[in-house]
Amino acid sequence: METPMIEMRTKKPRIGLFATCLVDAMRPSIGFAAAKLLEDAGCIVEVPLQTCCGQPGFNSGDRQTAKDLALQMITAFEPYDYIVVPSGSCGGMIKKHYPELFAGDPNLAPRAHAVSAKTYELVSFLTDILGVTAVSAQHEGSVTYHDSCAGLRELGIKDQPRKLLASVEGLSLTEMENPDVCCGFGGTFAVKYGEISDKIVTEKAATIEKSAAHTLLAGDLGCLLNMAGKLSRQGSPIKVRHVAEILAGMADGPAIGEAAPRVEDQKATGASS
Amino acid sequence: MSVHATTQSFKANATRAMADGQLTGNLKAVRQNFIDKRAKAVQYLPEFEALREIGKEIKNHTLAHLDLYIEAYAAKVEESGGHVHFAVDAAEARAIALEICQKAGAKTVTKGKSMITEEVGLNAHFSANGITPIETDLGEYIIQLRGEAPSHIIAPAVHLNKGQIEADFRRVHTHLDPARNLDEKTALLTEARGVLRERFLAADVGITGANFLVAETGTSIIVTNEGNGDLTQILPKVHIVMASIEKLVPTLEDVSQILRLLARSATGQEMSVYTTLSTGPKRASDADGPEDYHVILLDNGRSSMLGGEFQDMLRCIRCAACMNHCPVYHQIGGHAYGWIYPGPMGSVLTPSLIGVDEAGHLPNASTFCGRCESVCPMKIPLPNMMRHWREREFERNLNPALARYGLGFWAFFAKNPRLYGLATRAAMKGLALLSRGRGRFSSLPGLGAWTKGRDFAAPEGETFQAAWKKRASQNGGRA
Repeated sequence: METPMIEMRTKKPRIGLFATCLVDAMRPSIGFAAAKLLEDAGCIVEVPLQTCCGQPGFNSGDRQTAKDLALQMITAFEPYDYIVVPSGSCGGMIKKHYPELFAGDPNLAPRAHAVSAKTYELVSFLTDILGVTAVSAQHEGSVTYHDSCAGLRELGIKDQPRKLLASVEGLSLTEMENPDVCCGFGGTFAVKYGEISDKIVTEKAATIEKSAAHTLLAGDLGCLLNMAGKLSRQGSPIKVRHVAEILAGMADGPAIGEAAPRVEDQKATGASS
Repeated sequence: MSVHATTQSFKANATRAMADGQLTGNLKAVRQNFIDKRAKAVQYLPEFEALREIGKEIKNHTLAHLDLYIEAYAAKVEESGGHVHFAVDAAEARAIALEICQKAGAKTVTKGKSMITEEVGLNAHFSANGITPIETDLGEYIIQLRGEAPSHIIAPAVHLNKGQIEADFRRVHTHLDPARNLDEKTALLTEARGVLRERFLAADVGITGANFLVAETGTSIIVTNEGNGDLTQILPKVHIVMASIEKLVPTLEDVSQILRLLARSATGQEMSVYTTLSTGPKRASDADGPEDYHVILLDNGRSSMLGGEFQDMLRCIRCAACMNHCPVYHQIGGHAYGWIYPGPMGSVLTPSLIGVDEAGHLPNASTFCGRCESVCPMKIPLPNMMRHWREREFERNLNPALARYGLGFWAFFAKNPRLYGLATRAAMKGLALLSRGRGRFSSLPGLGAWTKGRDFAAPEGETFQAAWKKRASQNGGRA
């Protein structure tokens, strides 16, 4: 890392890492990559007991469940200096929608606001708050970056990942057409309206293929699972990873949806079969 | 309800639309014709963002005092010699319009492009009562020939291609030479102009909508590109304006601000070709104009949106930027939405106007990508309001039982973190084993809607929280 601003401080910031329920269940590698990036930037990383930010309930109209889970999150994470999330979607939920969920509640609104104010999506936290301008990672080959909707439009994440990717040795960024167009995931939408979702991601996959990059990156595992699922169904060789894996130099294991290495290699990568 | 809705069969409508190769091909025009042009127009106007804020404030102010502005507007219309009629619902609006036409002894009525007359089903009502309505906007004219509803609020025939339109013209314009050449788009345009010219001259009544109603002056304003609106309202003896109550704007100055947003957001033009202001009937000193000027002000459910969580929707100026930028609209087109207003604005407005029981699918059929809100000139929080509809549906148990059950099951675990940790750990281990190292599933029970077209990645096996704990204990307590 190049002189993070944090070094100028005396005390290391204590980060509550909210891995998100998807990363927790599906792809712990992203959580470890996030932790490494934060630790490299001079933070203390802790992982309090956690489940979900409540977004599936919130977007399904179940406001009470969303509030219950939001309160659970707030209680678990309010002791930290910052809450960092390797997802623009869940980060946006906490930052933008928690205050709205508790609006008018004299006890909980201030707590929701306080948590909202110190919650950040991982990459933008590194660049905008810690002042990280480069990472010490290496990745040979061309990548293309998809702007996940909530990160882009709720949190304004666009240049930050590209800036850090530019510092990865050996990596070249090849933009796809319309990287800011939705991949069709949309949480439960992907299943409730599976056919429409599939048509949208089919078009997305075509623009990804057209970019001729060998790896697709994004900052949200939901979108990545969707795009990886489409690409692999179409027999595409393009690898799909969370941007944190590349930035942390932790892209040695299987990509999303990729077959695990053979048994004798597994201990080394930590993947199970 | 006004016009027959097929919103309940949204999914089947969408499936049919996506299977129609001609339609999906034609729909590419939406992206090609609108997105880049809008982006350029916005880029050339540095104060565009500031204007959005101004537009929003003008409309918010108007809606907060709508009763006063409606009164002031009506008084001004009467003062200028026009008549204002208030219609609570679609049936009243139709009846008032029919009565005016019958009093005028009208046989044919020309129409400017108007979503409101589509909303109230005016054409069918006129036809059933012996009056021939003639749509004069080219797109509306084409879909009228086909007996279709508009599929887009500013480009009603965007779902059609040139070949289809040529076939319709040959089918209907049988008085013209069957051997005529219609290969060029301009040939189609010229033919439509020729046919419509006679209709303009013969019409007894002209009906237009309104983009704005100005309280200060009693003026109605239409924004068009073809000039058909002017011929519709100037040539016949009677001009009827039908507009919904949220079209009110306090002053001409306010209109001039919002006009700078409208065409840029809609077509990427700085201004539309025609911006036509009408205030009352022809005066003694006027060379042209109608002898009678009527305004039918329609509520049709809008007043019940005032003061509630859907009031912001009444700021909509019908530019269509939301649907032009909507990934769902791009795939299925406008007809699949099943009522008059498609795309994101329709997904909020339709449940307000015909009920969420009827239109429950629409606010759910969104990825919440937020692109609609980001381009909306009036900064309407469309995804938030779709979410509010989902909340209403959830409260009333209107969503499918399976979805509710699934949600409840998930919520139970998510609210019990330790149990959740155990359950996810076991489930992910199981899933990883089940994947047999292939890294993905090509089908999974219960996930057919996903795996029909996509693989589902297998989990790595251990949960992050469990793996993190393991790492911490290996490092002697520190992660």
